[in-house]
Order: sequence, then C-alpha cells, then structure tokens
Amino acid sequence: MLRKLTVIAAAAMTLAAGPALAASHAEEPHDIAYSFEGPFGKFDQAQLQRGYKVYREVCSACHSMKFVSFRNLGDKGGPFYDPKYPNPNDNPVVKALAADIQVPDIDTETGDAITRPATPADRFPHPYPNDYAARAGNGGALPPDLSVIAKGREGGPEYLASYLTGYLAPPKGLTVPAGQYYNAFFPGDLSSGWQTDRAEDKKDPPPHGGFVAMPPQLADDKVSFDDGTKSTAHQQAVDVAAFLMWAAEPKMEQRKETGFAVMIYLVLFAGLLYASYRRVWRNESH
Amino acid sequence: MSGHSTYEPKNGFSRWLDQRLPVTRLVWDSFVDYPTPRNLNYWWTFGGILSLMLGVQIVSGIVLAMHYTPSASGAFASVEHIMRDVNYGWLIRYTHANGASMFFMAVYIHMLRGLYYGSFKPPREVLWLLGCVIYGLMMATAFMGYVLPWGQMSFHGAVVITNIIGAIPVIGGPILTWLQGGFAVDNATLNRFFSLHYLLPFMIAGVVVLHVWALHVVGQNNPTGIDPKSKVDTLPFTPYATVKDGFAMSVFLILFAVFVFYMPNSLGHADNYIEANPLVTPQHIVPEWYFLPFYAILRAVPDKVMGVVAMFGSIGVLFALPWLDTSKVRSMRYRPMAKLYFIILLVVCVTLGFCGAKLPDDQVIPGLETFKVMDSDLNSFVWLSRLATLYYFAYFLIITPLLGLIETPKPTPETIASPALSHPPTTPAGAAADAEKKG
Repeated sequence: MLRKLTVIAAAAMTLAAGPALAASHAEEPHDIAYSFEGPFGKFDQAQLQRGYKVYREVCSACHSMKFVSFRNLGDKGGPFYDPKYPNPNDNPVVKALAADIQVPDIDTETGDAITRPATPADRFPHPYPNDYAARAGNGGALPPDLSVIAKGREGGPEYLASYLTGYLAPPKGLTVPAGQYYNAFFPGDLSSGWQTDRAEDKKDPPPHGGFVAMPPQLADDKVSFDDGTKSTAHQQAVDVAAFLMWAAEPKMEQRKETGFAVMIYLVLFAGLLYASYRRVWRNESH
Repeated sequence: MSGHSTYEPKNGFSRWLDQRLPVTRLVWDSFVDYPTPRNLNYWWTFGGILSLMLGVQIVSGIVLAMHYTPSASGAFASVEHIMRDVNYGWLIRYTHANGASMFFMAVYIHMLRGLYYGSFKPPREVLWLLGCVIYGLMMATAFMGYVLPWGQMSFHGAVVITNIIGAIPVIGGPILTWLQGGFAVDNATLNRFFSLHYLLPFMIAGVVVLHVWALHVVGQNNPTGIDPKSKVDTLPFTPYATVKDGFAMSVFLILFAVFVFYMPNSLGHADNYIEANPLVTPQHIVPEWYFLPFYAILRAVPDKVMGVVAMFGSIGVLFALPWLDTSKVRSMRYRPMAKLYFIILLVVCVTLGFCGAKLPDDQVIPGLETFKVMDSDLNSFVWLSRLATLYYFAYFLIITPLLGLIETPKPTPETIASPALSHPPTTPAGAAADAEKKG
C-alpha cells in the first residue's frame, strides 16, 4: 500500500509541478474542440488554410513569422500539403502563394536592394525593416513574432483564440489608457486603471484581464473564406489560432504517429521482459 | 566483495587477452557473476535506469550539439531549426529536454530509496558521498543546459541563479563577473555554459564509474538492511538482476515516451518559447520542477546571503548524513518512528516544490485573513516554505541523530533468506537451475 502511494505521489508531483504557476489574473480561455487534440489528433487542413488566409490578410501586416518558410505550407501535415508533390517546392499552390508576396533581396548584378516575388524556399518576410520601425508603427509596442507563439503562451491556441475575441466592453470603474485596449483574457494588471467611487468597491480587486496595445483586429466578414465557411470573427480567431499552432509545432502529426508505433513496441517489449522475468525467477524466493 | 573471481576464459584468444588486459574478467565479475541479494525490490532498479538515462542524455546531446549554435543571436533560431528542418530533430530535442526531467525523477527515487533503507550507513559512506557528487554535477549540468535554448526563462533564470553568487560578501562580485564572462549574462555566458554543459556529463560518467566501483566493493544493500551471510542469500547478477532491471527500464521508457510523444512541453514553461530579451522580465521567474524545492528554500529565508547558505546547505547536509544517523539498524522497515518521519519528509519535499512554483505572498488558503509575522502574512506560501524548510533541516540535523538514540527498533531477521519472503518460488525446487542456463 505504501509502495503504491509513493508511486502515485511521485507521479502526481511530476505532473503537478510543471505547469503549476501562480494564477495569472485573466479569464480562463474558452474550451475549443480542436481536431489536433488528443494522442491521435490531426490538423484540419481546411482550417489551416483558412487560418493562413487570416494571418496573411490581417496579422502579417504587423507580425513577422521569421521561422516559417513558404515551403512549410506544403509540408506533410501543413495547410497546402498535396500527396502529389512530396517536395513542397514543386507544389503549384505553394508556389503561387509565395509569388503573391514580395521579399527583399539584393540584385547580384548591381548590388542594389530590390524586392522580388517570393519562392517556396523563402521565409515569410518581416513587415518592418527593423524593430524600431515596428515600434514606431505601433504606438511604441513591438508586435511579437508569431512563429512559436502558440507554444509561447500559457493556454496555447485556445488562449490565442480567446484573446483575439476577448476585447469586451470595459467594466464600470475601469479607465482604459489612451492607445490601449482592455482585453479580458490577457494576463496583465488592471490596477492602474481601476478606480471606483463606491466606498465598498474600493476593497474589490481589479477585474480580470489586462491592457493591450493591439486594437481588436477581427470582425465578421473581414476575411472571405474560399471554402464557404461563414466568416465570423469567432471563426477567424479559432482558425488563425489553429494555423499558429501548426506553425509552432509543424511536426506534431509525425510526432504522434511515431509515438503510437513506439508505444506499441515498448508495451510488447515490456511484456516480453516481464514474461522472461517471471520465468527466470520462478524457482527463486525473493 | 565476493572474493575470488570465477571467470574462466573459454578459448585461446580470451585466455591471451585475460593475461594482458582482464577486461572480460572485470565485466564478468561485475555484471554476470556479481552476487546480488535475492530480496531486492523494484526500488533497486533505478540505478540501472539512471545509467540508461545518462546514456540517452549524452547520445541525444551530442547529436543536438551538431545542429546547435551557441551564440546569443543564433541559439534560439538554431533550436527552431532543429525542431523544423533537422530530420527527427523534434524527437532528439524533446528526448533530451524531457530526458532531463526523467533523469531527475529517477535520481530522486534512487536517493529516497537510499535514505529509507539506510544505504548510506557503514560501510557505504563513500558510495553515498559519490552519489551526492553525481547529484551536484547533475544539477549544474541541468541548469546550464536549460540556459542554452536562450528563451526568456533560460536568460532570466541564468540571471537570477548567477546573481546568487554575487550575494557572497566581498569576493562575490568579482566571482560573478568571472562566471558570467562580463558584467551581465550575455554571449560569453552562453558560450561557457555550452562548453561546460558538454563537459560535465562526462565527469558524471567518470564519477558513476567510481560509484559502481564503490558499490561492487561493499555490495548492495537490500530491503532488510542486513548483510548477506551465505550464498543462499544472494543470486548472480545475470540473469536475475539483469532481467528485472530490463523490465523496469522498459516500463520507465513507456512513461518517458508518453512525455516525449504526447506531452513534450508539459514539464517546461511557455515563456521559454519567447526569445531571450534582457529588457523584458517575465512575470514570474521559476526554475524547472526539479529545482523548485531548492528555490523555495532560497526564498524562504528573509536574508539573501542566508538564503543562499540555506539552499546550498540543504544539499550539503546530505553529505554529512552518514555521520548524522546514529541508528544501528539500516532499514526503516524495522524502524516505525523513523518511517513516520521519513513520510513527513516526503510530504515536506513535495510541499517545498509546490511553494517554489507559487508567488511567495500568495495565500495558501484563499480568503483566510491572518496576521503578519516577520513582514509576511502567516497565510502565505513564504511561511509555508519556511515551516517546510525548518522541518527539512530538522529531519537531518535533529530527528535523525536523536531517533537512533531513543527509538526501539523492531527485531531484524537473522538472514535475508530466513524471513518469510514475500514471493516464494512458484514451482517445486526439482525443476530448478534451467533458468540460469537460459540466462
């Protein structure tokens, strides 16, 4: 009994200690039923395509994705993967999507800085020439790179989708500073804007959420979806968060598939060793 | 410990080699014929599991180093390159990152096993000390390895931990500059951490050799804590221990694989996927789970220097343990009082780990108003960690020495084979011996 308890305690300690962090003062993200959850979950390709469109038409105006290349869009598990083109550089859809975008380059004849249409081998270009320009264009705030943001935020894609649609009306008594926006899901601190005249409210802690520099970006029908999905702001947020999850973890499907084979192997191997153990020890007291 | 070597070279070549370099004899005596107590339980399989994990970490680490760029401007990008463009790079990196956690999980079980069954008591003091040295090297290796991806938590963790050295009066400042390779954590720090992170595992491997050597001189302890008296008490390492270790390793690998393939980032912190930025400090800087108890001890002490002393002391006290324990009985199986205090120690260590992950001033019981003692509310994690820290030190410095003097242990058996063993043989003894042949 003691043995079992210790095993359970050890396991619980390992599991609990990792993510156990002081509660951030923000609303819990919505629970979204994503197709890529669970040990067998896969990305929904149509959703990734819609998400890419949202990124390209909305987010990419300010946010870079410097670790993602156009060719990645045609990788296995990616938004535009086509089994006919195992090499994504040959994929015509990927080529066309790349060619839509201008990337900076150097003219090798003259040495002049030029722009040219991207090829699948190119990385997604930066929207700004440098971080100073990015800050100058965004009221002093630096739009973060989105390559691994789905892994770099507590709550992952569900947080991102909740955040993008989390620009609720500010609660009474909250003064939102100029150039800032109230977001209920952003883990920040609202105490600087929290003032209330009612004496009994003064003891109340400020509401959940934080001030963010990014204005609300998504709106119904802001992006037109080619597959006929109704383009609500909620749908755009859920889809772009799925796309960002794919961008952060493009080998997720390969990982889970490999994992399944590894688990089968290890369970069989452990079973075989247990049988050997029973046989070797069968005549020995221990 | 068994005295004479039973190795007999089977052919001309092995005879020739044995007279020149008896390496086959060494392996035979250490891992085949080596007598192990027959009553070892599964807690004794973690030594083998740890050797496996050291191997996994070294091999995966060497491959990662082939693709990694140790520079402040390139480190984060090279880790993403490994995750995206290197064939099975995600597997190698997730194995290495989660492998560190699994390594620590196994080492904690291994240490607690030694604590419970009295494996540090004479004649195994040197064996225990070498183990403590390995643990210290592991902590240094893990800390520097965590800095290498150069994420936000890497960077700011490195800042917090190296600044601990700066707390030492007079010489702390110069040592800190020397350690960081400058006046702040920067490229020079990253480069030397990478170099040392590559070096230390091989030092660990060296001390592991000494650890195993010391083990094979004095022999393994066992759950009863009494020495084997005759051949009846022991079984040859192969096949008996090898097959049991092998089974335990494969079960451990299943747990390891669950983390690597299905929850690879669950033990890490999201902030480490944000590239290091010295100008932006994360809201909460927390170490990896395996350092949380020590982090709680560090923060429990109000004075910075004394906090550092307490944190290092909590590891240092382990080195003194063989001389702090006054009990003549090794195994806590026969020490009911010691067992009780040991279980409290387990709970306290988990509590410390929990406190390390929380903000010191947050309430333990939400909403309960109490009063302030020493500038902190009594209902806060800092006070919980203070009480836990007190117990941690009291366990080693007061309870352990006193218990040996005042407790009355239960009677210990005469020999390992004499008590009713939990698993009697399953077939009559007539069918014996063929198991050994098959091994």
